[in-house]
Amino acid sequence: MKDCIIEFVNFTFKYRTQIDPTLHDIDLKIYKGEKVLIVGPSGSGKSTLSNCINGLIPHIYTGELEGDVLIKGKSIQETSLFDLSCTVGTVLQDTDGQFIGLTVAEDIAFALENDCVPQDEMIKRVDEIAGIVEVGDHLKSSPGELSGGQKQRVSMAGVMVRDVDILLFDEPLANLDPATGKRAIALIDRIHRETNTTVVIIEHRLEDALFCDADRIILVEDGRIAADMTPDELMGTDVLIRAGVREPLYVSALKAAGITIRPEDEAGQIDTLHVDNYAEEVRTWFHRQPQPPVPEYGEEVLSVEHLSFSYDQSRKVLDDISLNVRRGEMMAIVGKNGAGKTTLSNLICGFLNPDSGQIRLNGSDISPLSIKERGEHIGLVMQNPNQMISKSMIYDEVALGLIVRGVPEDEIRERVNKVLRICGLYPYRNWPISALSFGQKKRVTIAAILILEPEIMILDEPTAGQDYHHYTEIMEFVKDINEKSGTTLIMITHDMHLMLEYTNRAVVIADGHLLADSTPASILTDDRVSDKAYLKRTSLYDLARACGIDDADGFTEAFISYERTHSRGH
Amino acid sequence: MERKLLAYEEKNTWIDRLCGVTKLIFFLCWSVTSMMTYDTRVLIIMLVLSLVIFKISRTRWDQVGSVFKFILFFLIINIIAIYLFSPAEGVKIYGTETILCGSGRYALRAEQLFYEANIILKYFTVVPSIFIFIVTTNPSEFAASMNRVGISYNAGYAVAIALRYIPDIQADFRKIRNAQMARGIEMSRKGKLVDRIKSTTAIIFPLVFSSMGRIDTISTAMELRSFGKNKKRTWYMARPLKRNDYLVIAFSVLFMIIALVVTYADGSRFYNPFI
Repeated sequence: MKDCIIEFVNFTFKYRTQIDPTLHDIDLKIYKGEKVLIVGPSGSGKSTLSNCINGLIPHIYTGELEGDVLIKGKSIQETSLFDLSCTVGTVLQDTDGQFIGLTVAEDIAFALENDCVPQDEMIKRVDEIAGIVEVGDHLKSSPGELSGGQKQRVSMAGVMVRDVDILLFDEPLANLDPATGKRAIALIDRIHRETNTTVVIIEHRLEDALFCDADRIILVEDGRIAADMTPDELMGTDVLIRAGVREPLYVSALKAAGITIRPEDEAGQIDTLHVDNYAEEVRTWFHRQPQPPVPEYGEEVLSVEHLSFSYDQSRKVLDDISLNVRRGEMMAIVGKNGAGKTTLSNLICGFLNPDSGQIRLNGSDISPLSIKERGEHIGLVMQNPNQMISKSMIYDEVALGLIVRGVPEDEIRERVNKVLRICGLYPYRNWPISALSFGQKKRVTIAAILILEPEIMILDEPTAGQDYHHYTEIMEFVKDINEKSGTTLIMITHDMHLMLEYTNRAVVIADGHLLADSTPASILTDDRVSDKAYLKRTSLYDLARACGIDDADGFTEAFISYERTHSRGH
Repeated sequence: MERKLLAYEEKNTWIDRLCGVTKLIFFLCWSVTSMMTYDTRVLIIMLVLSLVIFKISRTRWDQVGSVFKFILFFLIINIIAIYLFSPAEGVKIYGTETILCGSGRYALRAEQLFYEANIILKYFTVVPSIFIFIVTTNPSEFAASMNRVGISYNAGYAVAIALRYIPDIQADFRKIRNAQMARGIEMSRKGKLVDRIKSTTAIIFPLVFSSMGRIDTISTAMELRSFGKNKKRTWYMARPLKRNDYLVIAFSVLFMIIALVVTYADGSRFYNPFI
């Protein structure tokens, strides 16, 4: 008999500020040494579930609770948060925000300092843990000098330093590029195997999280447990889709080909999948697919020619970048964090000036234009809508760009109303912005840029941190804008799904160089490119190869095109 | 990248190697002495020592230059204001009146010049020590040092966290400002003052909101790692006091005592060359 380390007994929880309970009648057992994945859409209650495990509920977030949660047999209500934190180590989602110390070593030592561990012991322990998570060379670095992946390793070290029994990860992949995310999952897996710690991962990016095997997947939907089964069993069901969680792409492709997945086919990971049973059907399906339509675009609207930039003379952030954008296109600029994507958009918007090279808009050089003047042609939507919104009412926020340009009031009203209708915000025009959801706020920021009628709109990570439902909502909206207003869209992203599903062309930047400029499908099936750009080869490629299809690129495109015409968003 | 103003930079001089707490004690003693004394002899000795230490610490001008200019600006205002409001303050203090030129209320008096020269001296003795303290003390040691001299670690940590977040908030600020400028909100010197003041709200609101999110995350992260569990805590970066530390502390205290004794020996904190 295995020891039960986390146990929810008929547990119901309602936050003090809410009317309805967030969790209903949860019964759940997690055993010692298990590795469990908790998935579910935003607002399903999966974060609340994790807050019960680490004791933030009921100690920080108060509310009414029924039933009980037992950690190592003790009720969370009777154990102090301090004692619980010695058993449960939580790695939060925000890799930047949870970094407390001024240097890596201090951050790892933080919990030990609070436990009054003597200094010499502390130094030994920090060295040891830093070695395990491979940040030993960075002990003296400050958080600003680390990459996203390294920061997350430091956060892991910071909780592992106390010999916790349970490691709890809250959306560990949210802020990482695909390749770094893959490495993070591999590291979690290694720690799990080597230390026999119980690992609980909360994540909605299921395919990436399943890069390493998990014992069980628990699906949370509307505050209840909708499924609790092994990955292999889960892939054969349609509960994920119904709950609004994205299935792994190869699973969707198999289902599209009309295949019923059985648990004994081990579809939990692409590597274990018994593909031989299906290869024939997949091939037949592929040959039946029509040739995807080749989109047509207008003339060239923006061209970047031999652009180079460096902050100081020693290292070039961008080196000889050239690319063309055609009117009406939806394209992606991809690459790992720090590759130079944001620098490129800063150069286009005029926040920075290039060392050499030229940017042309409709054929003429834009270097004489001020930031404000460029803003009328090229709009920038920031990643986090809270970083843009400066008014309290929707109408005022959208009108701001026209007011500062001295447009007459009647015209402002007319144009704002028109944009609000396009953006589906007209019914809310007199609402305070604080009452809106994240996705709606994003719409407001897009509307506030659209009002200036730019020819080109640059969206920085439009869907970062969003679950499948919100991702679809935002991207369908963006696509709609593109179709209705003909605005050219450039998206800076490291979301592979986004580039596959919503763009027809991707430009890859790695270490300041232009690495590739091609269709998303061919980039995500090219190992050389995806490795250098810290992308991850799509599982559709592996599926195609395993089924004996040579044209993996074509297969990927065929499936995406199939998805676009079928079952969008549900 | 951006030039780092008043930022710690490791230069590996013996001043760098001193403990944060030693430097804090030196800085406190030095400031107290300089604030108390108007004894020109003491001030001149302090000024010379300040400059010598400043040289030894290898603090570069670009680390402190613009802040120094800022302080200089206030010094000048201060000096002018004293003269405007109290042109015969020196006469009151030193008890003699030596008019150098002019007449009436704003006559230029030797005593006044001497008095104001002393004030300038005081500025110049303290300012280098502030700079040295800031640019040679590893920020990680601030909190530990403050805790050592008896300030609660909560307060110490608040300072450390603030230091930790300055670069992040600066980066946020730049991003927000750029995006708002692209929307057409004028922030450059070209705009009218009123417009510029109005437009800063377009940065402040988003900045405050995004910073609130940060505060939330950091306090959760600290809570989950037992911050505040015990009355005391240990410090990873704490350093034991070494021979040099004791020497500097002893010197600081001794210097303060001697300087104050010399200053007050004749019953007044002013040195009077006029009698």
